[in-house]
Amino acid sequence: MLAFLLRRVIQAIAVLAVVGLIAFSMFRFAGDPVNQIVGPDTPASERAEIRKSLGLDDPVLLQFARYAGDVVQGRLGISYQFRQPVSQLLAERMPATLELAFCATVFALVVGVLMGVFCALRRDSWLAGLFQAVSLIGISLPTFLIGILLIYLFSVTLGWLPSYGRGDTVRLGWWTTGFLTWSGLKALILPSITLGLFQMTLIMRLVRAEMLEVLRTDYIRFARARGLSTRAVHLRHALKNTLVPVITIAGLQLGSVIAFSIITETVFQWPGMGLLFVQAVQNVDIPIMSAYLLLVALIFVTINLVVDILYTVVDPRLRLSSATA
Amino acid sequence: MSRSTLKILARGVAAGAVAAFALTALPAQAANVFRFAFQGDIKSLDPYSLKESFTIGMHGAVYESLITRDKDLKLAPQLAESWETPEPTRWRFHLRKGVKFHDGSPFTADDVIFSAQRVRAPGSNFQTNVPGDAEFVKVDDYTVDMLLKKPNPIAVYQFSGWYIMSKSWSEKNNATQPTPPTAAAPSYATLHENGTGPFVITEHQPGVKTVFKKFDGYWGKVESNLDEAVFTTIGNDATRVAALLSGEVDWVDPVSLQDQQRVNSSGTATVMAGPELRTVFLGMDQWRDELKDSSVKGKNPFKDPKVREAFYRAIDEDTIAKRVMRGQATPSALLIAPTLFDRANEIKRPATDLKRAKELMVEAGYPDGFSLTMDCPNDRYVNDEAICQAVVSMLARINVKVNLNAQPKAKYFAKVLSPGFDTSFYLVGWTPSSQDSHNILFEIAGCRKPGDKSGRGGWNLGGYCNPKIDTIADQVEAETDKTKRDALIKEGFDTIQADWGYIPLHQQALAWGVSKKVHLVQRPDNMLLLYWVSKDPQ
Amino acid sequence: MSGRDIDAGGAPPVPLQAATPGRLARWRDSDLLASFLRSKTAIVALLATILMVGLAVAAPLISPQNPYDPAQLDLINSNLPPIWQADGQAPFYLGTDDQGRDVLSAVLYGLRLSLIVGVLGVITSGIIGIALGLIAGYAGGALDTLIMRVADVQLTFPAILIALVVDGVARASFGGALDVGPLIGLIVISIGLSFWVQYARTVRSSVMVEKGKDYVQAARLIGLTPPVILVRHVLPNVTGPVFVIATINLALAIITEATLSFLGTGLPETMPSLGTLIRTGNRFLFSGEWWIVAFPGLALAGLVIAINLLGDWLRDALNPKLQ
Repeated sequence: MLAFLLRRVIQAIAVLAVVGLIAFSMFRFAGDPVNQIVGPDTPASERAEIRKSLGLDDPVLLQFARYAGDVVQGRLGISYQFRQPVSQLLAERMPATLELAFCATVFALVVGVLMGVFCALRRDSWLAGLFQAVSLIGISLPTFLIGILLIYLFSVTLGWLPSYGRGDTVRLGWWTTGFLTWSGLKALILPSITLGLFQMTLIMRLVRAEMLEVLRTDYIRFARARGLSTRAVHLRHALKNTLVPVITIAGLQLGSVIAFSIITETVFQWPGMGLLFVQAVQNVDIPIMSAYLLLVALIFVTINLVVDILYTVVDPRLRLSSATA
Repeated sequence: MSRSTLKILARGVAAGAVAAFALTALPAQAANVFRFAFQGDIKSLDPYSLKESFTIGMHGAVYESLITRDKDLKLAPQLAESWETPEPTRWRFHLRKGVKFHDGSPFTADDVIFSAQRVRAPGSNFQTNVPGDAEFVKVDDYTVDMLLKKPNPIAVYQFSGWYIMSKSWSEKNNATQPTPPTAAAPSYATLHENGTGPFVITEHQPGVKTVFKKFDGYWGKVESNLDEAVFTTIGNDATRVAALLSGEVDWVDPVSLQDQQRVNSSGTATVMAGPELRTVFLGMDQWRDELKDSSVKGKNPFKDPKVREAFYRAIDEDTIAKRVMRGQATPSALLIAPTLFDRANEIKRPATDLKRAKELMVEAGYPDGFSLTMDCPNDRYVNDEAICQAVVSMLARINVKVNLNAQPKAKYFAKVLSPGFDTSFYLVGWTPSSQDSHNILFEIAGCRKPGDKSGRGGWNLGGYCNPKIDTIADQVEAETDKTKRDALIKEGFDTIQADWGYIPLHQQALAWGVSKKVHLVQRPDNMLLLYWVSKDPQ
Repeated sequence: MSGRDIDAGGAPPVPLQAATPGRLARWRDSDLLASFLRSKTAIVALLATILMVGLAVAAPLISPQNPYDPAQLDLINSNLPPIWQADGQAPFYLGTDDQGRDVLSAVLYGLRLSLIVGVLGVITSGIIGIALGLIAGYAGGALDTLIMRVADVQLTFPAILIALVVDGVARASFGGALDVGPLIGLIVISIGLSFWVQYARTVRSSVMVEKGKDYVQAARLIGLTPPVILVRHVLPNVTGPVFVIATINLALAIITEATLSFLGTGLPETMPSLGTLIRTGNRFLFSGEWWIVAFPGLALAGLVIAINLLGDWLRDALNPKLQ
């Protein structure tokens, strides 16, 4: 067990190193940061000097080694555009992204499960058809267009919900939260729907498929034969068995929700890490880009690691026996 | 986790939420708050870090300069009550008394001398705002002399962008040098301010929001009736307009052209349009012996003035201004805005003439046209990519096949400004930072010379060169008589036009979206100055 | 779902040519066709897909204008509404955009580009994923670990980031503007590199199940090389799930291309795909020029929904537990 853990941790570190290298080498092609640092009438000689002092003229491997060394020591560098430590910028932006990702996931889970169960149980009703049609829109239109349409409808036309930002936030230590103010909660609605719609569709379809499968299995038939009420069978047995894969998927998707919040945050001017990253790409702010990618990689690797360990710890047979109990 | 612990936890969270609601509900006093959004952000609070109009304008709410520019962009006293030139190389500034920095320390001549050093130190982006050869001498606590090596009539033209910082504050906070891009640690001055202006910054989250509050110890009277101003960045065009239309913000910049009608018909906001100082123009590579990425091999068609004229005449700027810019652009004959040069109206734009353009192409030896690549930014100027697309289809009519390479500004500028200027045909917008024609004759139209460190031709990306322009530029720099100076400038611009050296397109219109509750001043330099903003109280 | 072909396992390998008509016949008699004919949704979805593909293929023949030819665009015709509105003009049936580009033509050509990008992207990711999955599953050991760790790395990078990498590298090495061909290639590679993991994981797990079975052991005993065993015997057993993934990924790939356009790394405005049309069109959403975004949006949504419905039906039909 310990050997397995150790091996996975080493692999995870290797993954991070590779991500770091790939991310780092790509930035050399994303444009010249010097033009973003200085104003337009800076002479070429001065530009060359800045380029040199930033180490941009050194071989890529040397630049990477220097960067990796800094990261290991906890130094993520200074943002070119904001002239602030990247770690501090990311820490400031992280609560916004995590709260958005959390709400989007909760929305996707709750609505997705409810709609999926309904669609499985009332397979042929018109409402099930409607749900499935609506859910299709979630994966048929690009996220940015959905976001803009929601803004148009709920902010501009109806004036119900804010079109940008987090509203008023409350500071709890280093964490800022939008959960404790009315405007903060209202500001969460549209971005969460936009970001969660895709996951919601996935979950709805997964739940529906799993439910249909479980409903055909013998033990459900037995449960019915034992005279349990339909509702009890559906909820206590069928749904329970459906939820294991659903939660696994939702957990695995959390990382990609965070990564894909890039688009949602851009549309809603949500002051999170994704927006920071997009601004960094536009301004060729290499330290921010590197740190963001490493952070996303870290989140993914951690989630993968946890899932792997859980699978090993929980013997599959355990799951099976509890399911039939 | 057992059920009871969950319950306790839930109760705790609920109690916390109620408390927080109560807390946030309390400070609902009747402050007059102005909320505004711009597509970019205030990157640094260090006033010498980045020369960019919006940032300079925002700094202008908290910092002040010796000489400012008034609502009509004319020079006006600010921290210097008056100034004179007792001899051509000596400027004397009489400083305002009783001015206090936001930390309470008094403003004196020492601060001016300190700021003159700091603004010209390595890492400053404003080094050219103060003449490099100028020496600042303290006469007494409230008088400073600036000594020049040679006469310079426009020595103080860029003083409005040179904000005065406090010497003692900078020393105390280890911020005596401008924060260079290579800094290992952020400077105190990038996140904090200490100016003499009518507003103080109480909160600054780069890229998120910045909060300005009225400074009670301000020396002068302020037009603004604001208690507070909250700035947010909103990068997405649609979201920004939506925020204005829904009343979440009182001011946005820019409002994209197609949304202006919608804003004007909203009943709650209007678009304030005015001419901007920036001129958008096209440049052609006349430097290389063989044009890059072109079907023409072994020679450069742009070296032939006939080809340049053909391009000029084929591009129908009036239609671009009317259709692509929806009327929100003024076609320009010059590379400078007419407000910045008094004799601008004497030079007319050569007419669009497709027939003549085709003839010229035949005369130049390209009856079947040729192909080339055009570089264009797609997130820098108003409808930049759409303008380039229109140019592409207009040039198709004289058989020139243009391969359009439209890129975000980071990539675009990296390409066209790379050593050797990697472009054949490009679109750029330019505002002379001195607000004077010399800047154009020197930086845009001056000859590029390898190894030249003076900055001449630094933005002459196409390498247009006529030595006559350089001679004129040097004369303009030293000439103090306005009539003679204007005559020289006109000769310079006439020469550029006769050479078909550049294709000026237009000055784009400013497009501020402003709530009807707000009253403010719009200057052609596109700076929002908070001390001129007022908002009707609720 | 691997049950159906197992009985064939012990027999000597059937030559591929001979197998094809046999498979066709089997398909004709299979549950698949019956299930298809039973499902109205599937029929409608298939018809819609065929219609869209047909329109895309015929675009140069039926479009009033070639939207890629700048000489055919005239600013005088810009921002015209659809024909049924007051200012509408023939032949611009669905109106024009801000460059005077005919929206109908742009949608037809855009449909074509989006389909090309989607199909090529799916094929690329399929080839990469299936190959790596087969190798990982069959070889096991260090090679398996390596491939699956690479898959982890890949998952870390959303398609958008990969596209930024590929786009940046390519532009830097080619310099200047790219023609539409290489640019499509770039996007296809970006999509291919983003979506292969799912195939690889599916194929790998199937292979691991199959490789212990008797017929594979038998094939190995009669001296068949691993590539032959993999391609002839193992691969056919995973075509079902691979096909389902491919259909759903096709829809995803088309959307991804649109999203790339939003971030400015998709196809250029002068050669618009549906995604590019939506990106440029959404600027006109508030100004009342709704047709610039609405028609490309409808076309994209229609295409993606049709493909998704087909994928759904296919998944259900191929899932033996549901039959």
